[in-house]
Amino acid sequence: MCGIVGLFLKDKSLEPQLGELLSDMLIVMTDRGPDSAGIAIYGSAANGRAKVTVQSANPDADFAGLADALKAEGIDASIVIKSTHAVLDIPADKADAVRSVLSNIRPDVRVMGSGESVEIYKETGLPKDVVARFDVRSMAGTHGIGHTRMATESAVTTLGAHPFSTGADQCLVHNGSLSNHNNLRRELVREGMTFETQNDSEVAAAYLTAEMAKGKDLGQALEGALDDLDGFFTFVVGTKSGFGVVRDPIACKPAVMAETDQYVAFGSEYRALVNLPGIENARVWEPEPATVYFWDHEKAA
Amino acid sequence: MPTFDLSNTPLRELNSALHGLAAGANDTEFEVINPRGSHAVAVGIDSPVKVAVHGSVGYYCAGMNDGGTVTVHGSAGPGVAENMMSGAVFIDGDASQYAGATGRGGLLVIKGNAASRCGISMKGIDIVVHGSIGHMSAFMGQSGHLVVLGDAGDALGDSIYEAKLFVRGAVKSLGSDCIEKEMRPEHLEKLAELLAKAGVTDVKPEEFKRYGSARKLYNFNIDNADAY
Repeated sequence: MCGIVGLFLKDKSLEPQLGELLSDMLIVMTDRGPDSAGIAIYGSAANGRAKVTVQSANPDADFAGLADALKAEGIDASIVIKSTHAVLDIPADKADAVRSVLSNIRPDVRVMGSGESVEIYKETGLPKDVVARFDVRSMAGTHGIGHTRMATESAVTTLGAHPFSTGADQCLVHNGSLSNHNNLRRELVREGMTFETQNDSEVAAAYLTAEMAKGKDLGQALEGALDDLDGFFTFVVGTKSGFGVVRDPIACKPAVMAETDQYVAFGSEYRALVNLPGIENARVWEPEPATVYFWDHEKAA
Repeated sequence: MPTFDLSNTPLRELNSALHGLAAGANDTEFEVINPRGSHAVAVGIDSPVKVAVHGSVGYYCAGMNDGGTVTVHGSAGPGVAENMMSGAVFIDGDASQYAGATGRGGLLVIKGNAASRCGISMKGIDIVVHGSIGHMSAFMGQSGHLVVLGDAGDALGDSIYEAKLFVRGAVKSLGSDCIEKEMRPEHLEKLAELLAKAGVTDVKPEEFKRYGSARKLYNFNIDNADAY
């Protein structure tokens, strides 16, 4: 059992409240999984810049002098430190290079995710503590997803927490368990994907990244997941401008959605949605099994 | 009439009050406000109380109901009226998966749609759904009636025993050992009775088709002995 939430804003006036709304949704889901929690928020993107969210178990040591150390390697970074995480704002053309530089100069630092707009924060512990630690409530953005974990397929660690990000501005949260993740991981490794954990959900994220790299959009990649992933899943997925939901054909893992003129919201349970503005008049429904739902800011415009 | 506001009252106070009624008590009508998706609202009722819930509920509302009448003016999460023994449960909106699962008696009426596994392993409960139902409904249904005014999803009545299924709309597919069966006068009579109880006035029993067990799966067939 896990709890997952997602919120995709259509109404720009709600964007300053995204962190606040998503935090409350996630905290309500705490009793579905108290092991770890995480949140991905798509905030503002600046032209020519990339954001890289990194994590360290020893942030005092690892983040001290990091900007200078990166500059010595030719990367101009402005760094915002939040507890065990730091967001590096760097030139977009350094987004790939920074990973190998970091593994040399700060080998214990892990990259949580990167892209033009996404920031990812995840840790072991309760959602309320994780949310407070990273000051998620103050964050603005266009859409975001969150997860509270009851571990089944891999250890309770920071890296085993969701969301999983395996491609630029892509991330995924999962409720369920996959049964063919080992085979699929081997195939994806052969295609050049790299993995940080033994976690099944990371394989699902990497699968979608690999499919989108072949030219599929998020909706098409999710359609493919229905054929290629075996097991139980309700996924909520974010891309730079998109937001998708899919459930396996058996659809044991719960899911409720709500849509108004202002937003599309997802919760493992209706409880997660009750504080959203205008929920009384929202269209509330249970997503159908084996059916892909996705919304895109760019395509909707 | 006692009113419980679940935004500021622990759920256990409501359920304890429902369970603690003295025999012959007069104050048997309860109101519940602000359920906000709470789990286990009004479970374990064991006397003929009336409970009106204003808003949507989460998991297992009215589970194990034995004699009470619970009306939800909203939608219900998974497992509504699970294992009902007797009484009635009315849902104004939709119901999530496994509504009425394993129910032994009583009446469950869902005015909207029900999701997957509606009436799974039903053992005597009567379920009337005004809308449509999802896949794997009435799986291993043993007895009781499932009436659906709309459509049914995949694998209706898979591995069914003697539950009787009536569907007015399309059935996406029938499960293993579930077949369409002849509608006889006693079935039309039972259907009319259930529709009336569920407040359905504009639909005739003749508009339904009946489905049930082909009885090939649960009776041992000597020709299959080699398979064991």
